[in-house]
Amino acid sequence: MRGRLLTIALLAPAAIASLVFVYLFIAWTFYASLTSWNAVRPLKGLLPDFPIIGLANYQTLFATQRFWPNDVFNTAVFTVAFIILSVAIGLLLAILLDQRIRGEVLFRNIFLLPMALSFVVTATIWAWIFNPNTGINQLLDPLGINAVRTGLLSFAPLKPLWDVLDFLRIDVLRLGLTTDPRAALGAVVIAATWQMSGFVMAMFLAGLRGVSEELREAARVDGATERQIYVHVLIPQLRPVLVSVIVILGYISLKIFDLVFIMTRGGPGIATDVPSIFMYLSAFQSQLYALAASIAIVMLIVSAIVVIPYMWSQLRTEGQA
Amino acid sequence: MSEQTAAALTTPRPSTRRRTGFSWTRVLIYLVLFLFTIFYLLPVYVVVADSFKTLPEVSTTSIWQPPKSIDFGAWASALTPPLVGSGGIGSGLVNSVMMTVPAVVISSVWGSLNGYLLTKWRFRGADLLFAFLLFGMFIPYQAILIPLVQFLQRIGLYGTLPGLALTHIMYGIPITTLIFRNYYSAIPTELVEAANVDGAGVIGTYWRVILPLSIPGFVVVGIWQFTSIWNEFLFGVTLTNSPNVQPVTVALQNLAGSFAALYNVQMAGAIITAIPTVLAFVFLGRYFIRGLLAGSLKG
Repeated sequence: MRGRLLTIALLAPAAIASLVFVYLFIAWTFYASLTSWNAVRPLKGLLPDFPIIGLANYQTLFATQRFWPNDVFNTAVFTVAFIILSVAIGLLLAILLDQRIRGEVLFRNIFLLPMALSFVVTATIWAWIFNPNTGINQLLDPLGINAVRTGLLSFAPLKPLWDVLDFLRIDVLRLGLTTDPRAALGAVVIAATWQMSGFVMAMFLAGLRGVSEELREAARVDGATERQIYVHVLIPQLRPVLVSVIVILGYISLKIFDLVFIMTRGGPGIATDVPSIFMYLSAFQSQLYALAASIAIVMLIVSAIVVIPYMWSQLRTEGQA
Repeated sequence: MSEQTAAALTTPRPSTRRRTGFSWTRVLIYLVLFLFTIFYLLPVYVVVADSFKTLPEVSTTSIWQPPKSIDFGAWASALTPPLVGSGGIGSGLVNSVMMTVPAVVISSVWGSLNGYLLTKWRFRGADLLFAFLLFGMFIPYQAILIPLVQFLQRIGLYGTLPGLALTHIMYGIPITTLIFRNYYSAIPTELVEAANVDGAGVIGTYWRVILPLSIPGFVVVGIWQFTSIWNEFLFGVTLTNSPNVQPVTVALQNLAGSFAALYNVQMAGAIITAIPTVLAFVFLGRYFIRGLLAGSLKG
């Protein structure tokens, strides 16, 4: 075909940019993670001119309590709690908005509004709302919710539940969420859910709208109730959307930085510390570049495990279509 | 996510059939929707109400109390903090505009060109190249951050707005290419072939046929890129080292650090930071949602 050379020449800048800024930079980070570049010294040459020490940085990393188990634990709890909460709320809102609601557009826009904000803005606002002295407690106290809260916490039969939530650091019934290590992770999950659940709602709503009216009608003709239509016809159709949602939210969770960094700085102590914060502070405050590089590579590997199969299946089904 | 479902989302289902009268189920549905509306709007109320409070007021009253009067003191302090050299949201805003606008324009045009070539001038390996480009969208940026800093230092762009803009352009390639590729897939290839018959080449066809049809695509990509770049923090905080070049998100974070107790100033700063993207959302929400859904590949 005419213009093939020109086509390739015009695509070359993007290909080269990706090669350098994505693939070579990743390789560079990996190389750096194998060196002893844990000191302040300007680099000479193209690669870190420090001796290669093999996987020693990774050994150090996994021998550091802050990373293993703490950061990995926090990331796992955050990811699971954030996904469950966002999917539950998003799906609920999508189904409710699918009921021929008056003011649907207004509701939908309100639920989506936080998506327009920076995590920095979200973190700033929620850090204040969760402030133990001035925040949410002052709103809930007059409503008598604080009494319910303390009542629940001291209700003996439920103690095992609170113990589990305390252990997972998401016991949001505790007072002063961001300052109590038993609850701080829960505070971050709530803020993240506030920001992202509208997106999940939009995805599910688009999925529901993608199901043809004929299919709904056919189910109705077969005598299915509205509830049965959702359970047996519509929600199973949402499976691909659910997979997309879980992968996207999972990818966001694994690298979450700004929200946690600004809300809690990883604290109290290291109760909400996550790999991205540890990586940032190691590299740009402690000048432990090689250690930071090893954290980054671990993050990359975990993300790749989540994302690559998804990307591959997406591109493959697209090729078949 | 296909264009059709995105379009279907932005137009509610027609309510022709089955008039729904009063029922307790519907009351319950509206009740739940209102409760969630409160959940989503409560922080918005707090941030707006408290940004108008004076310092004595903000430190003595509950954050939920409406302000006694509208006081713009906190807004002024947030824009230009009394502390010398602390930057403030004002200079952050200017920096963000200077950095975001060129980055959005360049990455949108670049993505449009890539998407056009990948769909309308298909060659062996086009899908492979697309996958190669797309991968950059799914990496945690921590994995490229250290060499990026080194690279920008070597070429003298570290700690500058052009350096930050360059970064956003480079890492914007996957998403802008993806959205335009999906967008152009819906445009009939016959149009391109017809232009070819008329003697238009790769660039001529792009200029005369594709570009005029691309306005909605540019709006979607433009809003997406504007929102992501404006809201971004990690690159902003690692690639700049002085308040003179810090984007607004970093300025807001610094504001929170240096004015730990002045919550009214922080809230005003948060609003000012959010205004541009919220305005884009309010006025171009339809396109914003399409960008959101496009981020999930094809759903």
